[in-house]
This record gives sequence, C-alpha cells and structure tokens, in this order.
Amino acid sequence: MRHLLSASDLTYSEALKILDTAAQMARVSEGPVKKLPTLRGRTIVNLFFEDSTRTRISFEAAAKRLSADVINFSAKGSSVSKGESLKDTAQTLQAMGADAIIIRHDSSGAPQRLADSGWTSSVVINAGDGTHEHPTQALLDAFTIRKHLKVGVGDLSGLTIAIVGDILHSRVARSNVTLLSLLGAQVILVAPPTLLPLGVESWPAQISFELDSVLPYVDAVMMLRVQQERMNDFFFPTAREYSHYFGLNADRLALLKPSAIIMHPGPMNRGLEITAACADSARSVIVEQVANGVSVRMAVLYLLVAGAPDENGESLA
Amino acid sequence: MTKYLVERATLTDGSQSNILISEGVIKWVGHSVLPVEVQDAIRVDVNGAIALPGLVDLHTHLREPGREDSETVLSGSRSAAKGGFTAVSAMANTFPVADTAGVVEQVYRLGQLAGFVDVFPIGAVTQGLAGKALAELGAMADSEARVRVFSDDGNCVFDPMVMRRALEYVKKFGGVIAQHAQDPVLTVDSQMNEGIISSRLGLKGWPSVAEEAIIARDVLLADHVGSRLHICHVTTAGGVEIIRWAKSRGIQVSAEVTPHHLLLTDDYARNFDPVFKVNPPLRTQEDVMALREGLADGTIDIVATDHAPHPSESKECEWQAAAFGMIGLETALSIVQLTMVESGLISWSHVADRMSLAPAKIGRYSDHGQPILPGSTANLTFVDSGGSWKVDRDLMLSRSRNTPFHGMELPGQVVATFYRGEPTVLNGALVRGTRVS
Repeated sequence: MRHLLSASDLTYSEALKILDTAAQMARVSEGPVKKLPTLRGRTIVNLFFEDSTRTRISFEAAAKRLSADVINFSAKGSSVSKGESLKDTAQTLQAMGADAIIIRHDSSGAPQRLADSGWTSSVVINAGDGTHEHPTQALLDAFTIRKHLKVGVGDLSGLTIAIVGDILHSRVARSNVTLLSLLGAQVILVAPPTLLPLGVESWPAQISFELDSVLPYVDAVMMLRVQQERMNDFFFPTAREYSHYFGLNADRLALLKPSAIIMHPGPMNRGLEITAACADSARSVIVEQVANGVSVRMAVLYLLVAGAPDENGESLA
Repeated sequence: MTKYLVERATLTDGSQSNILISEGVIKWVGHSVLPVEVQDAIRVDVNGAIALPGLVDLHTHLREPGREDSETVLSGSRSAAKGGFTAVSAMANTFPVADTAGVVEQVYRLGQLAGFVDVFPIGAVTQGLAGKALAELGAMADSEARVRVFSDDGNCVFDPMVMRRALEYVKKFGGVIAQHAQDPVLTVDSQMNEGIISSRLGLKGWPSVAEEAIIARDVLLADHVGSRLHICHVTTAGGVEIIRWAKSRGIQVSAEVTPHHLLLTDDYARNFDPVFKVNPPLRTQEDVMALREGLADGTIDIVATDHAPHPSESKECEWQAAAFGMIGLETALSIVQLTMVESGLISWSHVADRMSLAPAKIGRYSDHGQPILPGSTANLTFVDSGGSWKVDRDLMLSRSRNTPFHGMELPGQVVATFYRGEPTVLNGALVRGTRVS
C-alpha cells in the first residue's frame, strides 16, 4: 500500500497494524512531550478543496507531532478558486517537494486521480472525497470502538455496529462499512429508504428502516450528520419527522445495552439526528473520537510517509 | 475522372469479386470476364477484404463551428474516412447552435470543402437546444443542406407538447426527430449509471428509468401523431424492450446503439478515469447483452458512433469536472466486428445493413447505403476482417484523444474507403488531399 485512498485498500493485517500503531501514538500524545522526530525534514501538504476545519487540524496536529513540516493549501484564497486545475495544483506541489498530499475534495475519486495520474509522486492520503470515502475517519472509528469494547486489542469480531442516517451521501458510512466488516464486525445500516443507495443489498451490511428495533442489539451506534439541503430534495418530509424516526434521543438511549457507546463523526446537528442529552451523555465517545483521530492519522502518516518497517522488516508502504 | 478496379474483394455473401468504379459509380461487379474499360483503370488489390457499402454515421459531433479546439469538419471527416465512413451526420450542439438554415448550410459546405465524406448536418429541434420553441425546421429542410434529421442531442426534448409538435411538423418533408432520451429531472448532476458501482463510488447515478420513461412516452406520441421517431444511443435493456414492443405495434420508431455501449460497462468507472465518462453512461453487462441482441434481431436498427471529441484538459481532471463523451469514428467498425460478428450474433451482410443501409434510410441519404451493384454510387469500404490493430490515441486522425479503447487490440482494419468513386483510404492510410468536386 503506497497511498490511502479507500478503506478497501487495506488488508486485514494492514488495518490492524494501523490501529496498533495508533495505540502507540496515543501514548505519545498522552505523554509530557507530545512529539516524535520521525518525519523531521518531510513536507506534508494539507490540500483542502472543501471546508473542513476539524479534519484539517487533526491531520495538521498529527503531522506536527511527528515533526513534519506542514503546508496548508486551501482552495479558498489559493489559485484553485481562480480556476486552476487539479493537475496544475498537483504539479505545483510536486515541484515544491511535497512528500505526502492529504487531500479533501468535493469530487468523489479526486484522490485516486491524484494518485494514478502521474502528476505527482507524493504519497496521497484521502481526507474525504465527495460522497465516496473517508478512510481515516473509519480507522479512528474502529480505533475508538476497539478501545471501548475490545480493551484496545485485536479486531472487532462479535460486535454489532449500527450506522444511522444519510448513508446515500455519506463517505463516512462507505468507509466504515468496508473497514468494520473487514475487521469482523456486523454492520447494520439504518435509514429511510430514500437515503440508502441503490444496490446497498450488495454491501457487507444488514439494512433496517427502523431504529428502535435495532438499538437493543448494537454495541455501538454511529449517528450521521443530516445535511440541511437534503430536506429540499424530498429525501424526507420534514426535519421533525426525520428526528421522530431516526434521531437519537433520551427514549432511545434507554433501549441501548448498558455497554453500548454513542458515536458521531461531527459536526453534529443537535436536535436533528441527535439530542444534546445523548451527545453529552456518559455513553457518548464523540469528543474522544476527535482525540483518537489525531493518533490514527499519526499512525497513517508514520506508516506511509516514514515507511516504517514492521516486525518482519517489511514496510507497510 | 480516374477509373479504379478493386480486385479480390469479398462480398458479404462470401464470394470474391472485382469491382470497377468509374465516374463516381460502380460500373461492374464480377469475377471471371473483365469488361474492356478495365484497361486504363488503377488496380487496387484488397486481398480478400470484405466489401461493404460505405459506412454511414447518424450521430457525429464535429464541433465546428465553435469548438474547433476539439474537432473541425475537416479533422472529423478525415477521422471518419479512416474508420470506413462515407457519410456522417453533424450534431447540432455547436456554437452557434445549428438551429438555422445559415448554420446548417455552413456545416454542409465545410463538409463538401473537406471532401472526405458527405457531412449531413442535423438540425436542432428547438431554438438554442433550449427545449422551449421550435427551430425553423422547414427552413433547414429546404436549405442547401436538405436537413431531414433533427435533434437536440445532449439535451432531451423534455416538454411533451414541444415533442409532439416537432414530430408532427417534420412530416411535411419526411423528417425524423432523433431524441436524446434522458429525463432531466431524474438525472440532475448525474455522473454515471445508477447501480451497485455508482453507489460504491459515491458518484451520482443516472438511472435507466430516466431513459426508458422518455422512450416510452415518445413511442406513444409518435404512434398518436403517426410520425417518425428515432431514439439516439439506447443504453438499457428496458429501452430495448420498449422499442421492441413499439415496433411490434407498427409504430415508426428506429433506434441506434453506440459501439462503446456494445462493449464497455460501468465497471470501467471504478478507477475514476473520466475517459469512461459518457452520456448516456456505460451500463451493466446485462444491458450490454440486451443491446447486442436488440441490434442482432433488428429492434435496434443501426450503430451510430456518438463521436464526441474533447480536448485533453476536459478529461485530465476529476471525474465530476470532466466532459461527457468519447471519440469513436476510427474504432466503430472494429468494435462491431468484435462484439457482434465474432460473437456469432450477426453476419457481415447485417453489418452492412446496421452501419450503412439502415442509417442511410433513416437519414434519407439517397446516395448512401446502396447495394454493391452496377449503377450504385461508389461509396465503398473494404475491411480486412482477419487483421488486427492496437488502438493508440496518439495516432487518431481526430483532433481529440479521448478514446476509451486506447491500448486495446481490436480486430478488423479498414484497408480502403471509396467516397463517390475516389479513394479516401488506401492500404489502410488516408489518401492525402482527397477532394471530390
């Protein structure tokens, strides 16, 4: 694996290796000196064509804790907004000597184009592309689930995880379905039929239209953000009706197993897909997901950019 | 005018013949006794290549006027001749749009000036392809270009009343409306076939029903007003089914399929390479097989290329930002041989029908699609069906490079093309400076 473009790029052992490495990175982040010299002298570019302060600063923190030089290139205020092509941008970054490009783009497949095109020889890491994939989000979700429900070791076998909401437009859902099932978890997608993609039956997941009947069986429930603009496209009648059937609230909290955790990739629409009471409850690991994001991204950068050898002397990269 | 004796051509019945061409006309077809006038003819030995009536494309984007960076009438004509065509139909979505007699006459004259193929302009159905008001269909029909095929291709004529009126109006001069069947409301921002692959890739889907619903509506409209309807680039199994039903009812509908839809599937989108981005989109293997069967049994009347040149910057980008379309003039016959002949679905005489006779009939191109017999206009294509070639986008005569077949080894090479009695291709290479007066 040279790039991380999709969760499906990962084999079972590669995915576990990233999680195990992330656990080591987490110990660094918890220590008094939150910095490793691993990527000193390396240049990492955050190439963000779409607004995402959270993901960008998470990658930035990860790269800086590994002592890399970080350049933030956002489409706003750059030449991209003047109509420069992805190709020209990639070649410019190549000329500046970027070792890795972390790309967030509103077009599905843009990271793969960057990796395949020959415009750059940098390592490409997908930080979310359109409605396609967000592999590091899935890795941090798997890491969070493993930490809480598997004492931080091994895979996710035996666990049942519900992903609730706008599956159709969610890159988080796509990456999670692939990764969580790869790691042995059973995934249940819960959504109104309008927000499930055509052919979803072929995914390694079960489908349900009814949240209440699913909640008693899950070990983790992942609530997805519902974009306001979906309401104008007839995906559901009103926000109130959506919340009524698919929102996580205090009543539904009571249906969960005592050990079950509540997750959300953020940013949340409090009151729409999740009430404040749920988001802020003791079962919620939403804030911790953010911290784990830094550890997981440190692991990905470490393994892909530093080319760290594994126990067999082979590089994951 | 030079005389040509084409030697050792294989006719579609399998017999070998020599063909004498003089004064733009086939003078003699035979094997044993040579007529006297052969003496001063230039001999062209095609070494057993199959003789077909010159290919006719009913769906070609030549981009001139307006987008000469991607193709011109001349470069597109050269590309067409190389692919074995003697006539192409220039789609109306140029800048300005071919919605007036002036523009269609300009395109027609550019074709005559280029002199490699007959360029028959297709007129827009509605002004500016906007779908609101009829273009001056009569003026285009009466112009020097004698337009008989009208299409808003690229856009669907979506308003059912506009479609009804267009179908009715062109009866005045035996015209036909060629519909780009795509419900625009069901396909806003669509990127590829809606199915398992689009869902996985997170690319907005273009559902089959958006094509089928318009085909169903329009065959019913054509039935109601008794008009001729042509369906551009059918891509779905359901579309084939509806057309089959309509024909069984005696409705005057014809249909085309593109070479790329006969071979490629939405699986090719998996790497996000926009060279596979096309509208209507590549569908599933099930659709591909239904299209092949439909073409074989005559439900689909013709193969048309939908040759759609784009400059490289329109494809060297993210999928969503890329233009829709593929070039296809130089690969069409090979793809048909590969998918239809080598699979045993049709014979070479069917190829002659689907790629020459039938499209010429739909377009009312009277000098084309004639049988290979004395007295016919000498529009001829000779294909070495035993040969093969590797597609190289950098060797295309089209001004654009957006072929999805780059690197593929394809069967069948056009060794010679005769356009109105003069060779445009000999020994597989374009004859320079071809000019037919």
